[in-house]
Amino acid sequence: MTVYVKGVVFENVNFEDPNCWRLEEYVKRGGYAALKKIINDKITQDDIIADMKTSGLRGRGGAGFPTGLKWSFMPRSFPGQKYLVCNTDEGEPGTFKDLDIMVYNPHALIEGMIIGGYAMGITVGYNYIHGEVFEAYQRFEEALEEARAAGFLGDNILGSDFCFQLHGHHGYGAYICGEETALLESLEGKKGQPRFKPPFPASYGLYGKPTTINNTETFASVPYIIREGGQKFLELGKPNNGGTKLFSVSGHVNRPGNYEIPLGTPFSELLEMCGGMRDGKKLKAVIPGGSSAPVLPADVMMQCTMDYDSIAKAGSMLGSGAVIVMDETVCMVSALERLSYFYHEESCGQCTPCREGTGWLYRVVHRIANGEGRPEDLDLLSRVGDNIAGRTICALGDAAVFPVRGMLKHFRHEFEDLINKAQKAKGL
Amino acid sequence: MLEIEIDGKKLTVPGGSTVMDAANSIGVHIPHFCYHKKLSIAANCRMCLVQVEKAPKPLPACATPVTDGMKVFTHSDQAVTAQKGVMEFLLINHPLDCPICDQGGECQLQDLAVGYGQSGSDYAEEKRVVANKDLGPLISTDMTRCIHCSRCVRFTEEIAGFQELGMANRGEFTEVMPFIGKTVNSEISGNVIDLCPVGALTSKPFRYTARTWELSRRKSVGAHDGLGSNLIVQVKNNKVMRVLPLENEAINECWLSDRDRYSYEALNSQERLTKPMIKQGGVWQEADWQTALEYVANGLKQVVAEHGKDSVAAVASANSTVEELFTLRKLMAGLGVEAVQAFARNADFSVKTQGAKWLGQSLEELSQNEAVLIVGSTVRKEQPLLAQRLRQAVKKGMALSLVNVHGDDLLTKLAGEVIVRPDQLLEGLLQVVKAVVELKSVAAPAGIDLANVVVSDAARAIANSFEGKAKAAVLLGNIAQTSARYAEIYAAAAALAALTGAKLGVPAVAANSVGAELIGADLGGNVFAAAKKAYVFVGVEPEFDAHNGSQALAAAKQAEMVVVMSAFQSCAMDYADVLLPISPFTETSGTFVNMEGKAQSFNGVVRPLGETRPAWKVFRVLGNVLGFNGFDYNSSEEIRDEALAGDTAARLNNTLTSAVAVSAKSAQGLVRLGEVPVYQGDAIVRRAPSLQATADAALATTVRLNAATIAKLGLVDGGKAIVKQGQGSAELTVKLDAGLLDDVVRVATSHPLTRDLGEMVGAVEVLKG
Amino acid sequence: MSTNNLTTHNLLSAESLAQIDREVAKYPADQARSAVMGALRIAQVEKRYLTNDMIEFIANYLGIAPMMAYEVATFYNMYDMKPVGKHKLTVCTNLPCALSGGYTTANYLKQKLGIDFNETTADGKFTLKEGECMGACGYAPVMLVNNHSMCNHMTPEAIDKKLAELE
Ligand SMILES: Cc1cc2nc3c(=O)[nH]c(=O)nc-3n(C[C@H](O)[C@H](O)[C@H](O)COP(=O)(O)O)c2cc1C
Ligand code: SF4
Ligand code: FES
Repeated sequence: MTVYVKGVVFENVNFEDPNCWRLEEYVKRGGYAALKKIINDKITQDDIIADMKTSGLRGRGGAGFPTGLKWSFMPRSFPGQKYLVCNTDEGEPGTFKDLDIMVYNPHALIEGMIIGGYAMGITVGYNYIHGEVFEAYQRFEEALEEARAAGFLGDNILGSDFCFQLHGHHGYGAYICGEETALLESLEGKKGQPRFKPPFPASYGLYGKPTTINNTETFASVPYIIREGGQKFLELGKPNNGGTKLFSVSGHVNRPGNYEIPLGTPFSELLEMCGGMRDGKKLKAVIPGGSSAPVLPADVMMQCTMDYDSIAKAGSMLGSGAVIVMDETVCMVSALERLSYFYHEESCGQCTPCREGTGWLYRVVHRIANGEGRPEDLDLLSRVGDNIAGRTICALGDAAVFPVRGMLKHFRHEFEDLINKAQKAKGL
Repeated sequence: MLEIEIDGKKLTVPGGSTVMDAANSIGVHIPHFCYHKKLSIAANCRMCLVQVEKAPKPLPACATPVTDGMKVFTHSDQAVTAQKGVMEFLLINHPLDCPICDQGGECQLQDLAVGYGQSGSDYAEEKRVVANKDLGPLISTDMTRCIHCSRCVRFTEEIAGFQELGMANRGEFTEVMPFIGKTVNSEISGNVIDLCPVGALTSKPFRYTARTWELSRRKSVGAHDGLGSNLIVQVKNNKVMRVLPLENEAINECWLSDRDRYSYEALNSQERLTKPMIKQGGVWQEADWQTALEYVANGLKQVVAEHGKDSVAAVASANSTVEELFTLRKLMAGLGVEAVQAFARNADFSVKTQGAKWLGQSLEELSQNEAVLIVGSTVRKEQPLLAQRLRQAVKKGMALSLVNVHGDDLLTKLAGEVIVRPDQLLEGLLQVVKAVVELKSVAAPAGIDLANVVVSDAARAIANSFEGKAKAAVLLGNIAQTSARYAEIYAAAAALAALTGAKLGVPAVAANSVGAELIGADLGGNVFAAAKKAYVFVGVEPEFDAHNGSQALAAAKQAEMVVVMSAFQSCAMDYADVLLPISPFTETSGTFVNMEGKAQSFNGVVRPLGETRPAWKVFRVLGNVLGFNGFDYNSSEEIRDEALAGDTAARLNNTLTSAVAVSAKSAQGLVRLGEVPVYQGDAIVRRAPSLQATADAALATTVRLNAATIAKLGLVDGGKAIVKQGQGSAELTVKLDAGLLDDVVRVATSHPLTRDLGEMVGAVEVLKG
Repeated sequence: MSTNNLTTHNLLSAESLAQIDREVAKYPADQARSAVMGALRIAQVEKRYLTNDMIEFIANYLGIAPMMAYEVATFYNMYDMKPVGKHKLTVCTNLPCALSGGYTTANYLKQKLGIDFNETTADGKFTLKEGECMGACGYAPVMLVNNHSMCNHMTPEAIDKKLAELE
């Protein structure tokens, strides 16, 4: 069901072929050519990082931080152990792209990580994989075995003196572990509770050692960039939004799935690729970047192009590229109730505003959705949200508030209608 | 140094400081809950949010590093709005039970809520209720009050060394708890009560007995180990209600051992002796002081006259004050009696040093060592806060190692650990000496025969840990000090220290061990080996406080006259002739000299109970009754000034006066490892009910052996065994202890169950019970 | 940091212990704690749910405080601290799934099995759980069987078929 359109991560992948993920097939598609090029041509670390910067690749995990810049932060001459970590803890509701990368093209990620290790002088890497996708974890472990057997991974890669060990780590059900420092804690065998930053992982990461963390899709884009050059990747998209990106489209469309398309593609085109709205219903709203992104009404969304800047300008964020499409039948209060429940359920519980505030938000929205709303509730939601956002250790606090703000901004009347009805029912 | 501005005030702070550190340095208070200067930074309560110029959102002062030129506003609108927001969140699920909460009056949440809270709450949902947890006999819980600051959890992991408490579950449902079915058993557990900013963790014995504002706070000094912890004793109606640490960074920091915290319960017990008593014709009768003292004076005079001055011995607790020991010694001198012994738990009295034995350095200097070896010690139980101090030092890089007779976990990283049989402690130490000799390719130290010593890898690791370390120490623990081969062990340790450039230290067992040596209350050797005609016991119970309890008891029983001066009436009833009620440390002024040689004087915190009198006053009167000169003291200070006149620091000296011949021997057969259990060390702690209800106290009723020895003896873990030593025997519960060597039988001393057994280390028989 | 009283008998099969050892080998020698999640998962696969004894056993096996393992076992959703049926079915009802029939699936299962969320059928065969986003929203509605097997497009017909397969 994954739909490759035009892009780098799934370039030439034949999804119908059950063996498409295997090393042999990957190599046929040009896989590991980038790694060979680096090793054989003795490409320098600086050159790789420069190419990464040229590519304009921005982190695909949600924050959109320029990857080349992140890689340049790694203290390359640090004497002790350093770590490279891949974030495959895809848990942001609406996002399912990393799963498909793991299932259909895991070697792209493995090769990307090996190149990252080479570029930053790192010899050990871990891939943290979302708990509910055990099959993806197993496939990754198998792919690692293939890469090791072929001499792409392990000691003295391709006969050089570069060594890189890579292991899978399986999560077990905690959305918060997608947050990079929670992920590191979890990798250390602890509860996934985010760390206060600074210090940042680049100086104090896994086991207290310098660590670079990127998303699966970010790493999987690397082989193409190194093979074809950063400039070519950049030109696939648009300035400041280089390359193609996977969009996970879910909800009321005819063909939900992953679409890899150039950044800057109009949303209307993406909607068409998905076969348009299901059952011919009207588009009501879209959450354009995973459940943490504020919702945008149909008319605003239809004006957007799918890239970081355009979505930000419209008042939301591209995030992880999860596009949740909602038709005219959706009650926005119920939609928000479900999302608020999620953040309440997934708060790690360490910091006060998030631990206490997400539950409060959920309970108020729940009351409104159940016809027990009060006139003062909408102001209360705003006030509680303001007391959470920007006051927490990690961005989950913000993530819990953005949907509330988005809904109240664009669909306030639906909340007011329910509250008014509730008041009337009480004879007020 | 970085230049910054806080609330308009300019200051400079060292790099690496946080905004909280900087604010503290100029006395600006930033509200906080999770921050604690001794714990790692959690930044989870968010109470300390402040405004920082150019930062888009408020930042937590406790975790934000200072940068040059930073401008911080702790009371700006942005900061106060953020702080109020956090306070509102903290209160929505917090019960409104301040009126019945033990923390009332000393609650950080209550204090801050007054400043930051609103009067009403917009929270219209149901409040969270959290089930209470059983943390054991010392700590009481009201978990609904918990604000999840995680201080207690961080304490168990970082300070106590083992994460006994955790935060289970997630999000709103996070609960602080111990592992299911376990209690909190750390010997310093009570500190979580002080750390808890709300009333979630409170003192179980203290629970509901008083409101904090009814209590007066008086200073005192810990009376159960050699550290000299500073105390705040809280008093109501002339009764000690609670004991808290008084912060002294150089000694106990801000901590307190459970022993020092909870021992006070014994002071209020029914067992207190409140009137002098005399046994006449086998029947105990109350007497007035005058009668009792005349009886004592005449009795002692008569025994000396009839049997000579060597027929009398005075045995005192080394937890007695300088003033008590000094006047006791003076009184005995007046009678011509030399034997005044405050070290009855020792077996070998032949160690002769140039001064009083001490730690050899200050506690702070000890922490700064790069390598430390401890010989023969159950460190955590002997000196709980010393163990804590060493644990922190290890985190900063100290190489800590042990030559020990068991494998008890010190809950810290060790550079090396040599475990030997208790009768082979010397030989274990000699392994290290030999390893150093070999490493340095030097000759064996004079008088030390290393020929038969086989060096283990562990001993080599210890030797290596001393290499190239400028600051190092070798410490002799309680097990070494009470060994029958103490002199040899001491000489070997001194030689090791000389070889490695380390300082030799003797961590004092008791509150005033160093003071006792300064005064010379260490004379007479084993005063029970050849029984005396008369004994004066001051704060000691010979059956529990002597090296060989059964021997001491027999000696006391056969004596013509036994004078017992004690705060408690129990126990001595069968062998004493006269009982004199003397003040425990809370009811007298006095001075303890701690292990680092520091004299700390304190006042009585409550009036003596009933007709109890401070011992120094009793000796003063006795001196006068006997017509001796020099007993006209007006205050304990006068006594102290006389007792500790001159430069006492110069009289601390661990150097041996003459060489001791040291040689290794072999040993075999079942051997007893007898230690003083943590809550049996003195007459007070033995009577503290909550301490006696702890897991540590229960451990003292067991016989511990390793799996092979259990099997060899046909015993079962959890079953019964009879331990026989000399004429005595004890029935105990068998407990597996994987840290012991084969044939080692670990049985407590100083315990009612093992009273009839003999010396601490010696041959035993074990039968199935 | 190990306690002195290591559990001496094994609560897990040799095969599971070998798997745990493989997990431990992934991490630096002094970081066996990192393997606690994997070890708990392996134990749960063998025993279906985690008892306190098991958690303590694993903690001792890895040389960490039991409470450290307990914290982990209770933090992550997929560990079961109470007995569950032979097949644990977890249905995602998060918004993307809900838009494509997540609740329909859940309700169908509830009615068919006669149980609510967090309940187990009388024959001990099925336990039903409500899940959060499984990262497979494009395949909605999704259902996870025994934590490790993802089932896509769980329409009522697909559910009937799946339940018949599960013995
Ligand atoms: C609550 C929360 C959840 C997150 N979840 C994910 C996730 O599932 N996957 C991911 O790659 N990044 C996630 N992130 C972002 C990561 O913290 C991090 O920015 C990212 O992995 C960096 O990789 P990138 O630069 O390649 O995007 C999350 C962040 C937050 C605050
Ligand atoms: S914001 Fe929420 S999820 Fe993030 S650290 Fe705080 S409590 Fe945990
Ligand atoms: S004191 Fe700073 S966040 Fe708690």
